[in-house]
Amino acid sequence: MESENNNVILRTEGLKKYFPIRRGFLQKVTGWVKAVDGVSFNIEQGKTLGLVGESGCGKTTVARLILKLLESDSGKIIFQRIDISRFSEKQMKPYRKEIQIIFQDPFGSLNPRMTIGQSIEEGIRILGNKYATNRKQRLETLLSMVGMSPDSADRYPHEFSGGQRQRIGIARALSVEPSLIVCDEPVSALDVSIQAQIINLLKDLQDHLGLSYLFISHDLNVVGYLCDFISVMYKGHIMELASSEDIFHHPHHPYTRSLLSAIPDPDLDKKWHVKYSNDYIGELDAVSKGCKYQDRCSMAETTCRKDEMAFENVGDNHFVRCWKVAKNI
Amino acid sequence: MIDGRTPHDRPLLRVENLKVYFQSNVTRARAVDGISFDVREKETVCIVGESGCGKTVSALSILGLIPTPPGEIVDGQILFFGQDLIKLDEKAMQNIRGNHIAMVFQEPLTSLNPVFTIGDQVTEAVRTHRHMEKEPLYRYCVQLLNDVGIPSPEQRINDYPHQLSGGQRQRVMIAMALACDPDLIIADEPTTALDVTVQAQILALLRSIQKKRSMSVLYISHDLGVVSTIANRVYVMYAGIIVEQGNTNQIFRSARHPYTQGLLASLPSLSKRGKRLYSIPGSVPNLSYKPKGCPFHPRCRYKILSCQKEYPGMCDYGEGHLARCPVLFKSKGYEGSSEIHENTMRCTSGNSHTK
Repeated sequence: MESENNNVILRTEGLKKYFPIRRGFLQKVTGWVKAVDGVSFNIEQGKTLGLVGESGCGKTTVARLILKLLESDSGKIIFQRIDISRFSEKQMKPYRKEIQIIFQDPFGSLNPRMTIGQSIEEGIRILGNKYATNRKQRLETLLSMVGMSPDSADRYPHEFSGGQRQRIGIARALSVEPSLIVCDEPVSALDVSIQAQIINLLKDLQDHLGLSYLFISHDLNVVGYLCDFISVMYKGHIMELASSEDIFHHPHHPYTRSLLSAIPDPDLDKKWHVKYSNDYIGELDAVSKGCKYQDRCSMAETTCRKDEMAFENVGDNHFVRCWKVAKNI
Repeated sequence: MIDGRTPHDRPLLRVENLKVYFQSNVTRARAVDGISFDVREKETVCIVGESGCGKTVSALSILGLIPTPPGEIVDGQILFFGQDLIKLDEKAMQNIRGNHIAMVFQEPLTSLNPVFTIGDQVTEAVRTHRHMEKEPLYRYCVQLLNDVGIPSPEQRINDYPHQLSGGQRQRVMIAMALACDPDLIIADEPTTALDVTVQAQILALLRSIQKKRSMSVLYISHDLGVVSTIANRVYVMYAGIIVEQGNTNQIFRSARHPYTQGLLASLPSLSKRGKRLYSIPGSVPNLSYKPKGCPFHPRCRYKILSCQKEYPGMCDYGEGHLARCPVLFKSKGYEGSSEIHENTMRCTSGNSHTK
């Protein structure tokens, strides 16, 4: 990836996180789950990077590493040109408000005993003097920004519907004025009609506030609509990274292709058929050597079972982790 | 794919004016409020709608699984081969469940018993309705698991549910549903908890089984993408009523109800990039305090004064395509989405063409 780009707000380099598998009475470490195994990407200022993959591929672990809710084993997290990956809690403090997260289940992330006004005000208070005199006014601005009426500030989370709670979650993330928001499946739990409202809201906020998003989802249609770049993850590796158009129109990696072919498309003119039939996903660490996708890949050869796959640029910032594909382009 | 579907015309299941209400101390939630639909032989019928629209309640009431109290089937008929299932006693109903109508639920891990092997559970499903010797029973179960695409079923039959992946658990659930060769399978969001790739396989499996065994499937889903790939006919539900019905082509190419149109327009996709997504304003009404008149009117962009007062009737667009919106039906200049072909719009009486 291009090393110096002034527009890059967040860059990760070879991010790794292994979780130990402990067994037996003494809880000896018998193996490692390579949840995130060398993930590198850039997020540009004001742009959205999508992270897609099946459950258990390490998407959420990436989010938690970036937010420093988990300590990475190795690799760099460069936020606004400063490597924050080894920062202590104290050093992290000014950066916490720069990177915020929106969760899938907003009800689980709101305190049921606080009114939503109190919840959001907590964030405003962290900014210190900035809104010391007009905190109430700021609260109302935030609520109207996410399309809620100001009088909802005195109500409790259980009084709201799922879509409204997600709006509150977004207001809360915005209360500390972040520059990057990690969205971890923010619309997956919502109904279709509400989903569109939240997607539009996220888009509007990005346009008005110049926010950057890391958008994690398993829904390729949502990601294709919202994201500028898409990275496809599989078992802790990024298999393919390219602009949304390239991922959808010129997918190279066999995994990306199988993912795309599996989307049921309400457009009746497009033919829908499943390309492969092997649904067995082994344990995360089952494959010790070679390509992580070899078990399910229809193109797999002996080389795939031996060698590590390099993440190669196949032109126009389109990266693929598959030697066969890279060779043929 | 769509053209390859050749359902029969004989109705296997006919639900007429079904009303299921849930009574609490103060309120009465009208979860299903007078719906009628039918499932013909060898046909896949989808009921699609958002959460809380009553689609699961309708499915459960077919099998007599509505918890009473608080639930109650207030009115209506559920005719299965001409026999009203609501009037049957518990014993007769048990002969229907699993034997003639089987159900596949959304979350396989909660519907499988964790302390029995999958072999035990599949054999139980068979033994409830059939008498079989041990050896043929075992062979039959292995065959069933093989049919639903479980690799090396002789070994897997001794596994416990937690040892299987989500997709395989759902395959076991389908095997159990198939155990007694039912005439109708009700699948309630069977792929919602699964990844897209696994979902695609389960859908392909359901489709091939249906073809092989010539069964009917009543498929309940909130996912329009899934529905478009498997359905012969579609019923769109909103707040306990059916707002539109028709075959897959009619619903997805020329939706006639503002709600269906809104749902389709609000689906994100790559091709809509840069454009603002249409979103239906507001949210689904509380079933205990449904708005008067058309339940969709507070969110509707075509509403007129009469929508708030009169319950909308079904308007016939011909060839089985019905939509519950007289406003759009009467309006000549249709300002809906561009996919709508105006020349196909026909009135019930067939004497006037709307342009």
